[in-house]
Amino acid sequence: MAIHPSVGKPISRLEAKEKVTGAARYAGDYPVDGMLYGYIVNATITKGKILHIHADDVLNLPGVVTVISHENRLSLPWLDLKYADMDAPPGKVFKPLYDNEVKFNGQPIAMIVAETFEMARYAAFHLRVDYQAEEFRTNLGENMESARPPKVGLATSLKPPPPKDRGDFVTAFEHAAIKASGTFHHGTEHHNPIELFASTVVYEGDNTLTIYDKTQGTVNSQLYVANIFGLHYKDVRVISPYVGGAFGSGLRPQYQLFFAAMAALMLKRSVRVTLDRSQMFTFGHRPPTIQNTMFGSTTDGLIIALGHEAVAETSQFEDYTEVVVNWSNMLYPAQNVHTDYKLVPLDVYSPLDMRAPGGSTGMHAIESTIDELAYNAGIDPLEFRYINYANTDVSVGRPYSSKELKECFAQGAERFGWHKRSPAPRSMRRGNRLVGYGMATGIWEAMTAPARAKAILDKDGRLVVSSAITDIGTGTLTVMTQIAADEFGLPIDEVSFHYGDSKMPLAPIQGASWTVSTIGSAIKLACKALKEKILKKARTIEGSPLSHATLDDVAFVNGQITLIANPSTGVSLKDVIQKNQGRSIAATKLSVPNPLKLKKYSRAVHSAAFVEVEVDEELGVVNVTRAVTAVAAGTIINPKTARSQILGGMIWSISKALREETIPDHRYGKYVNPNLAEYHIPVHADIHDLDVIFVDEKDDIVNPLGTKGVGEIGLVGMPPAIANAIFHATGKRINSFPIHFESLM
Amino acid sequence: MNNFSYVKVGSVSEARALREGNDHARYLAGGTNLIDLMKYKLESAGTLIDIHHIDENRTISSTEQGGLWLGAFVSNADTAYHPLVEQRYPLLSRAILAGASPQIRNMATNGGNLLQRTRCYYFYDASSPCNKREPGSGCPAIQGYNRNMAILGTSRHCIAVFPSDMCVALAALDATVVTQGPYGERRIPFHDFHRLPGETPEIDNNLQIGEIIVGIELPPEGFPEYHSYLKLRDRNSFAFALVSVATGLTLDNGVIAVARIALGGVAHKPWRIAEAEQFLVGKEPTREAFAGAADIILAGAVGYGFNTFKIELAKRAIIRNGMMALNPASQRPGAQPSLEP
Ligand SMILES: Cc1cc2nc3c(=O)[nH]c(=O)nc-3n(C[C@H](O)[C@H](O)[C@H](O)COP(=O)(O)OP(=O)(O)OC[C@H]3O[C@@H](n4cnc5c(N)ncnc54)[C@H](O)[C@@H]3O)c2cc1C
Ligand code: SF4
Repeated sequence: MAIHPSVGKPISRLEAKEKVTGAARYAGDYPVDGMLYGYIVNATITKGKILHIHADDVLNLPGVVTVISHENRLSLPWLDLKYADMDAPPGKVFKPLYDNEVKFNGQPIAMIVAETFEMARYAAFHLRVDYQAEEFRTNLGENMESARPPKVGLATSLKPPPPKDRGDFVTAFEHAAIKASGTFHHGTEHHNPIELFASTVVYEGDNTLTIYDKTQGTVNSQLYVANIFGLHYKDVRVISPYVGGAFGSGLRPQYQLFFAAMAALMLKRSVRVTLDRSQMFTFGHRPPTIQNTMFGSTTDGLIIALGHEAVAETSQFEDYTEVVVNWSNMLYPAQNVHTDYKLVPLDVYSPLDMRAPGGSTGMHAIESTIDELAYNAGIDPLEFRYINYANTDVSVGRPYSSKELKECFAQGAERFGWHKRSPAPRSMRRGNRLVGYGMATGIWEAMTAPARAKAILDKDGRLVVSSAITDIGTGTLTVMTQIAADEFGLPIDEVSFHYGDSKMPLAPIQGASWTVSTIGSAIKLACKALKEKILKKARTIEGSPLSHATLDDVAFVNGQITLIANPSTGVSLKDVIQKNQGRSIAATKLSVPNPLKLKKYSRAVHSAAFVEVEVDEELGVVNVTRAVTAVAAGTIINPKTARSQILGGMIWSISKALREETIPDHRYGKYVNPNLAEYHIPVHADIHDLDVIFVDEKDDIVNPLGTKGVGEIGLVGMPPAIANAIFHATGKRINSFPIHFESLM
Repeated sequence: MNNFSYVKVGSVSEARALREGNDHARYLAGGTNLIDLMKYKLESAGTLIDIHHIDENRTISSTEQGGLWLGAFVSNADTAYHPLVEQRYPLLSRAILAGASPQIRNMATNGGNLLQRTRCYYFYDASSPCNKREPGSGCPAIQGYNRNMAILGTSRHCIAVFPSDMCVALAALDATVVTQGPYGERRIPFHDFHRLPGETPEIDNNLQIGEIIVGIELPPEGFPEYHSYLKLRDRNSFAFALVSVATGLTLDNGVIAVARIALGGVAHKPWRIAEAEQFLVGKEPTREAFAGAADIILAGAVGYGFNTFKIELAKRAIIRNGMMALNPASQRPGAQPSLEP
């Protein structure tokens, strides 16, 4: 019986039941006998020195075991490199508890360890800390004169700096018949996955640790702990099978891991540290960014000049960067281009990648300026994008490995009913509301990283594949199982994927929308190697019909290896195991993207977002009543989990454009709304009709699977489409996100 | 959170007796506000007296005067969905359902709703100054991020807002708060219940220490024909009001006979101005008439920067809600604006 391929099928998450019934254990859920609990104390000043921590005040409280601070910590390496994680930007990594300096508000400065969480928290409230406060600055807008180019480092390879200017932007813009420009303000945002950051560190004796960590990289956390505390990496095992959302916040080890590991090593006991919601606002975040655009075109709508400058916040110790200004020329083939990207170091913690970092920021400015340019030229915004369509990435002079953006435009516009739009702003109404249609393009790089995977044919003839990669809720477990199943022609319930454990084959951090491409490619390779080994064994079976067969001559179908030329003959996988004396057969492979092949192409996933808004102008109330996102992302392994990724991105787009902001008070250098009652993300009543289309796209170049990743693209095109729809509805161009109703009244 | 003792009581007198002379005791009803405040170390208690299960007067029932009794320990949800409330006081039902979330409304009680504390950001941050939390420490909101702060009845010591939705309707309905205290039963007219910040922003209302709310009484007039609650906020549900309006009208031959307009989200208490309501009497219910009333209500309004837009927004909301009240069927879940002109 032939097995239908799993790839391309809308298979529900394999772990869905565990998650909805509460059986799934997250980092802070693992029960450990005799465990202690830590509660971290955060600085209440923004910059200065800690003079004294009055630990004696709380050490006598019942249940309190110790107070850990820079005054009594374990000895720590001074070398910055020891603290550098896989995602560390250029600069000096923040070293918790290193000395008495406070560098940002909310800096973790001490931890109470107690017999219960409640006791630890209670003691933390009573811990007095004396500070010597110093002057600080946290306001990007008021410190623009300190903007400087970012430092270059290892991380820069994944985040290229702006390309060199091309042509003569100044002259071209000056003489452009049609112009559009804007200043765009984006504020701070915090990831706020629902699962709080937690680490349960099990002390196994003899400086050996098993750690349940909330992370997007088990190996990243493992090496971080091993390097800092001088442990052998084999003595640190990090396990993280379920992650309750992360959105980038788990790309770097968070401070609870450092504290929990230190406490466990100091006390030689198991320790759990869970952050509370307000502490979730004390580490990485999307940085505030101010952008200026200046675009020019001919009267026919041909873009001739693209100018885009951005200034973003970073910390005083690391140069966190994003790709903000590189996108316009990747999409629009203008010959005169000026881009610039600078940073202002401020007294805050380092920003951190947050879903579609840079892309969602830069593309808002680009796509809203393009919209304005189209209006100024009197051309339909969709038509305007057709006029400036390019199959090559002129910013680097390379063709795209594939680019079905035109198909996204066509299918998205059709599904949405774009033709029903009347061109003039304020020309469409429904009841007492103005109605607006807006659209925008999305783009995100299609990346693949090196990774290892292992494939095992176990003694029962089942296929088991494994990787250290996490599943941050995106469906990695399901998708990897599908890929492996098809390699062996097995139904998915005969395949297991083991993951989320640093003991397993090396995987990179789970970000950048590269997991399916990266781990999927490695699994494909490992499966191929395993098939070769199996075949080799199969050939040695006495009277084997496969004795002269090569991999090309056989098919693996439903537990059998059959001759393609004569499908009725073959050998079963169980026979092979038997021949192998009942032992399993394993193969491990490292998959490395082929740089020579890839170098010839630009590789990107594209989307087209269409949005309808209704604006109640008397009261300034906006609703996104309908939205369609059409995506070209190569092979879609699982349309169900992929659709969920895009839907999540679309809801986040509503959040970004209309809801979400961390509000700073620069007099204190801190955020005033660090809780989910006041940090507004959309509720059900904000979400109306959302529709996702995946257009066919074939790509033989990106990777062996032809996949491009769908994690971020849903959040790139739709925020500007919302702003553009609001302009169409009201005639008001509002360039600061989130758009609140006071700006629309 | 510190260790505290927890006592579940079965009667008002038992609760009162435990509270008497025990400064460190607090009544616990639904706990949706008090427990949060304890977690944020803004409140601490030596004893929590759980009054949530008291059966006395735990009803919603008609009064002899033709009004309605709302027991203090009845949940917000049971109140909003009670047939007598839905039929006779739909304004109250809509206001309650515009607040919080279903889960919170299931826990929250009517008594607790009256006593919930402000949502001022600085009040909630124990490491920043705040006159309400620590009298004399200063008010960082006045020159700070004050988008959700008051525009009416503020003082130089505090510009906080009382955040309840339910109470805006109760103010419009002329409710009476019934309590048991050291001097026996008290009946407090709603407009005398909450206070303005003045010189003592730490005191939210006129309840005495240890006094317990046993119920709320509504007078017969519930404006079942013409009423509307409009809530403007940063998302369509589960957010506190930036401006809300409760409007109740009776009409006589097409002109206004009785008008009630109460504002939420703009002051330290639900805001009503008798003069504005009087202004409407005898007039046709038009946008112009409501605009005139709005001008009277907002006469003394002051903006502090981020919240200045609330003055114009409140005016527009009063007008719109006046028109919405004429057609209660135009109202939508969550007290969102109507979709018809
Ligand atoms: C996330 C969130 C969102 C919310 N959104 C809204 C909203 O949009 N609109 C809105 O109106 N409300 C909102 N609320 C507030 C909610 O309505 C109140 O928390 C609730 O009504 C309080 O009632 P409770 O019974 O839980 O009070 P508790 O928390 O138990 O008590 C509050 C206070 O009242 C005292 N108390 C309680 N009952 C009595 C009594 N009978 N006599 C004397 N003292 C008493 C307690 O001692 C305590 O000091 C929200 C709350 C949360 C947590
Ligand atoms: S407005 Fe009132 S509650 Fe807010 S900080 Fe000022 S004094 Fe405190």
